[in-house]
Amino acid sequence: MEEEQRMKKSSLDRKAFGEGMRDGVPIGLGYFAVAFSLGIAARNAGLTPFQSFLASLLCNASAGEYAGFTSIAAHAAYLEIAIVTLIANARYLLMSCAMSQRMRPGISLGHRLFMAFDITDELFGIAIARPGYLNPYYTYGAVLVAAPCWAFGTALGTLAGNLLPLRLVSAFGVALYGMFLAIIIPPGRKNPVIACLVGICFLASYIFSVWPVTSGWSEGTRTIVLTLVIASGAALLFPRDTEEEA
Amino acid sequence: MRNAYVYILIMAGVSYAIRVLPLTLIRKQIKNRFIRSFLYYVPYVTLAVMTFPAILHATQSPLSGFLALAAGIGAAWLGADLFKVAVLCCSVVLIAELFPL
Repeated sequence: MEEEQRMKKSSLDRKAFGEGMRDGVPIGLGYFAVAFSLGIAARNAGLTPFQSFLASLLCNASAGEYAGFTSIAAHAAYLEIAIVTLIANARYLLMSCAMSQRMRPGISLGHRLFMAFDITDELFGIAIARPGYLNPYYTYGAVLVAAPCWAFGTALGTLAGNLLPLRLVSAFGVALYGMFLAIIIPPGRKNPVIACLVGICFLASYIFSVWPVTSGWSEGTRTIVLTLVIASGAALLFPRDTEEEA
Repeated sequence: MRNAYVYILIMAGVSYAIRVLPLTLIRKQIKNRFIRSFLYYVPYVTLAVMTFPAILHATQSPLSGFLALAAGIGAAWLGADLFKVAVLCCSVVLIAELFPL
């Protein structure tokens, strides 16, 4: 009987793995295009294609890597890179918290360690959208397809960013911002607080970039300060109830 | 010049720590309302701050960056997915810079 259950579970795991790989394909394609533009940012920071490949393979974070590369370009202190990465990736902390609530009781530590490796907006999104407990093999399938696209796309961007005409580099350079917009704009339709918040952030970020007191700060420092101040303000003025978790 | 590999390892270490700590340590629901709200708002604030005005300097002219921003906001508002918005922004810049005013 126990043997039968184990067989059933293993076939379900294999099915989930296949479904993960299938769902990972469109994500991988999207990653490739965005990673290309990230690779250009890495090149501007003076990284080699191998270094940008390594960074993407290990970090798996668009905004986080972008912020990191910007800081590297400015020869930031190591501590600043750590804080910038922390701030830019803070949303993964929240996603990891959300995933922790959906883990099968008694799941092994190994699964937790591997599932954490590639928590991104998209991979988190497709995993959490499935009913019931999270199946680690579904995540592994999706990661196996999407992660290499991300890493090779970045390396190629760093490599070919040199060869492409300036006009194309300029065009690819905004892909990343397009992706950011696709994350921050849609929730504003349902939640006016977020829509206003985005507007305030644009304005404050612009003011910080031209105001003589703050314009000398690095982009990373400005991002940290603005994030702490604005997100704290929003949390104090518009605290969220447990039930309205998206 | 600091070492690029040290930079990358710091980025990788912090990125992984952020993702692995909650998943391995938290076995219960977070209760603190301020922390929950703060964490909820952080992604939107960070990404918005990083997008503007940086997008204006990512292109060869601020105008094409601005057009990409407007198109991206419009498409995202109408529900286009991540990939479509990114491609649209790129296309707008490409076209805008092909035909400078």
